[in-house]
Amino acid sequence: MKYRDIREISMNFIPIAAFLLALLIGAIMIAILGISPLIAYQALLKGAFGSMNAIADTVVKATPLLFVGLGICIAFRAGVLNIGGEGQLVVGALSATIICLVFPNLTGWILILIALFFGFLGGAIWAGIAGFLKAYFNVNEILSTIMLNYIAVYGMNYLLRGPIMDPLQVKLGSFIPQTARLSQAVDLPRFIPTRLHLGTIIAIFFAILVYIFLWRTTIGFRIRMIGQNIQASRASGINVQKYMVLAFFLSGALVGLGGAIEVIGVHHRMFTDGSATGFTGSAGFNGIVAALFGQLHPIGTIPASLLLGALLTGANKMQRVVQVPSALIGALNGLIVIFVVGSEYLRRRQTRRVERIMKVEHNSKNKNKKEDK
Amino acid sequence: MMKCKKNIIIIVMISILVFSLGFGANAKAFRVAVIMPSSINDLAFSQSMYDAMVAIQEEMGKEEFQFVYSESMFVVADAAAAIRDYASEGYDLVIAHGSQYGSSLVEIAPDFPNTSFAWGTTVNTFSDQGITNIFAYEARSEEGGYVSGVLAAKLSQTGIIGVIGPIETGDAKLYVEGFKAGVLATKPDAQVNISWIGSFSDVALASEAAQTHINVGADVLTGTAQMVVGAIGVARQRGVLWFGTQADQTSLAPEVVVANQVYDWTVALKPMIQLVREGTRGGSAYVLTLANGGLKIVVNQEALVRKTIQDIIEGKIDIEL
Amino acid sequence: MEAIIIGVLKSAIRLTTPYLYASIGETIGQLSGVLNLGVDGVMLMGAFSAFFTVLKTGNLGLGLLVAIVVGGIFGLLIAFVNVTLKAQQGISGIGFYIFGLGLSSLLFRTMIGTVQTVSGFSPLSIPLLSNIPIVGEIFFRQNILVYGAFALVPISWFILNKTPLGLSIRAVGQHPEAADSLGVNIVRIRYLTVIFGGMLSGIAGASLSIALLNVFQQNLTNGMGFIAVALVYFGAWRPLSVLSGALLFSTVNAIQIWIQVKGINIPSDFTLMLPYIVTIVVLAAMAKRYVRPPKALNKPFERGE
Repeated sequence: MKYRDIREISMNFIPIAAFLLALLIGAIMIAILGISPLIAYQALLKGAFGSMNAIADTVVKATPLLFVGLGICIAFRAGVLNIGGEGQLVVGALSATIICLVFPNLTGWILILIALFFGFLGGAIWAGIAGFLKAYFNVNEILSTIMLNYIAVYGMNYLLRGPIMDPLQVKLGSFIPQTARLSQAVDLPRFIPTRLHLGTIIAIFFAILVYIFLWRTTIGFRIRMIGQNIQASRASGINVQKYMVLAFFLSGALVGLGGAIEVIGVHHRMFTDGSATGFTGSAGFNGIVAALFGQLHPIGTIPASLLLGALLTGANKMQRVVQVPSALIGALNGLIVIFVVGSEYLRRRQTRRVERIMKVEHNSKNKNKKEDK
Repeated sequence: MMKCKKNIIIIVMISILVFSLGFGANAKAFRVAVIMPSSINDLAFSQSMYDAMVAIQEEMGKEEFQFVYSESMFVVADAAAAIRDYASEGYDLVIAHGSQYGSSLVEIAPDFPNTSFAWGTTVNTFSDQGITNIFAYEARSEEGGYVSGVLAAKLSQTGIIGVIGPIETGDAKLYVEGFKAGVLATKPDAQVNISWIGSFSDVALASEAAQTHINVGADVLTGTAQMVVGAIGVARQRGVLWFGTQADQTSLAPEVVVANQVYDWTVALKPMIQLVREGTRGGSAYVLTLANGGLKIVVNQEALVRKTIQDIIEGKIDIEL
Repeated sequence: MEAIIIGVLKSAIRLTTPYLYASIGETIGQLSGVLNLGVDGVMLMGAFSAFFTVLKTGNLGLGLLVAIVVGGIFGLLIAFVNVTLKAQQGISGIGFYIFGLGLSSLLFRTMIGTVQTVSGFSPLSIPLLSNIPIVGEIFFRQNILVYGAFALVPISWFILNKTPLGLSIRAVGQHPEAADSLGVNIVRIRYLTVIFGGMLSGIAGASLSIALLNVFQQNLTNGMGFIAVALVYFGAWRPLSVLSGALLFSTVNAIQIWIQVKGINIPSDFTLMLPYIVTIVVLAAMAKRYVRPPKALNKPFERGE
């Protein structure tokens, strides 16, 4: 009994051990550059959790990761690989921004709700295109979502350097590709004095919603079933194509919502640097990592996003404190992902070992019972 | 085991504290933090600012002037965290060297009234919003563009000139329009073909754009942003002249790089630092121009002379006696 | 008119080259059941290693060799994580991408420091063939690494369809249990294909840094590796179709460059979208019959499951 408990507990330490191993290799790289790894990692911790502002930064960074992660949960559970997070974030953000620019005089909660709705819708449509193409034209979704990412970025560049560029920029002659600052009325409330905004609460709310949807509704059940066994789903009469498109639609909707919240909660305008990354911070990809670390469960994605957000925020602080090249941060991030995902194997092996031990114990118990009789 | 680790950490922290006290004793040093969207060796936007920092430090001395930087901060949210962090660390001047950082600055600056901030490239100091601790700086890159355009038009034998830009906004737009104006003012029937790569980093596309420009007859090229290294490589390979901007790109292809508009941000930074030391935290906008020396045209004699000699040899130039 | 077509197609062929190497490599790996999203990272490491070698030694052949070795090492690591550690392949791939991007940038910063150019492989005219009007100019006056990419197509087709190895590879990807019971070493095949894919990604990177662009910069590939992975799906895991996908994408790209240079009055952002839109539309128009991916794609193999 005790042996089994220890084994079970040790299972959960395996990803942590992997994480630490990656940090060790990172420490070697930092040391080679002539910097003390101790100071560096101390800065990493401080940057992630060391003050109210740090924690706020971590949570603000984690919020879009959570939205994308939730979208990925739905998509991957339906068996479709949505790699279009970057594009969907952008389209969601743009949709929300444009609607706010078009109706500057609406105020308060109505405008916020409208903005969020349009972000939801924008992302949904963008992913829906990929879903439609897959369901009815057999266009592989990895291809279509990646391509749609680029199309979204070029569309964004066009809009931001032309039709929706800040009139102030044109007047000043600086031509910075950004929109006007959205009206204060649409700012998401913040937990002053930090940058923590309501979007995080909204994200957690949606995490619960997604859980209920996937596990407590018929539609959610069908979506999951398509992901598990597409043949059986067809055989039992489910319109696979319709639900596939729906899965994409909902997946993109959550991501788009995340994009809208980034605009009205953090930046209060839309902008570009030619690519999506300046705005998204690669949340479209990191969100996939978060979802998979969260075992594709919406509730599990919450701590996963938080940890990833902490890592990214802390790493930036580390870069500032020890003045290490930012490229090293990237290399470290990659290492951590590789090591943690690689350690899953050991975890699974442990799981099976524990299961086998439990089976043996169970069998021997039964045997004893039989013999007693 | 845990207690031992804890003790080590405490000891380390105390030592760091004591150590930094030692440094802090030299409180006269002016401390600057710079946030940049690309790497300091991009031979373009960020490098120009990094070079300016180094130049000021050489002039003022390491005791008087210290700077730290965060490069490749293309993610605006991370840059905002960096700006805020540097401000709370007590840096005298925090430079947000990227037009995308503006909205972050507007939020952060009021929280740190004792810190000076600088934003480039723009002239908006947000003083109309009651903010008094933001400086702004910009480069009138269309001026140097014009000069290069004039020279390009004179040197071009085919009358076809190619321009390769990232996206049609900001500093790039200013430079390209100035360049085009300079060409057309010198040779009204010259053809200036402009292509936009759609990003700041697609080197392969920039390279093929250069090839295409040359294929349609361009014998002089120019461009802006860090992906132009691809275009410069092609220019070198096919013997086509290049005009650079933002930094001195001669080293990439000394045979063909004729002239470069070089940004000298110290022209904006030095008066800024002076003002901050005197107690003014912001409100002024600085512009780099040819007039104030912020923009310099660096001519590469080798390419210029070589090209002219080549043209004489090939009979393209008719010297009237 | 003629000159325009020659120029555009020549551009297209050059643009195709890195995609072709990386895409064929990924195709072979996927046919054996392994998904590798880290292609871009390996390309960057290959590009850097080749560039650094050529910068320091001036030896192009050595540069290419180093890129192959570095790509192979990364392939080995990826195989280890995906095949032996049975990690979730999509996410480990993203991890390798981020790592490769970071490491190549870091090494560039610390070991080279400034942006500079090298003298890479120069165009090599194939005797006789290069004298054919038009076609000769387009196809036979290219870089040696360009020729390599195109030669890879029939070679990989042959290996995959006409050799026992190819049969094993495809069997491992379609019915690993059956293959295993017939004595095929699943692990060895998958290691082989992924390492080979890594080598090809390394060459893809080298084709940029020491042949076509002759420069290295942080994030030189700018996401090319992901397009290469996308093209595998366009090509439905067949080398010839992968080639047509890479050619389609690159030709439209070359055309849109020309459209911009010519000053045709379409906003640049829309012309830039064209390669991506066309690729999707063509694939949608083509996909009349359902194309099955390798059944075991993205599923680690466990005996007895």
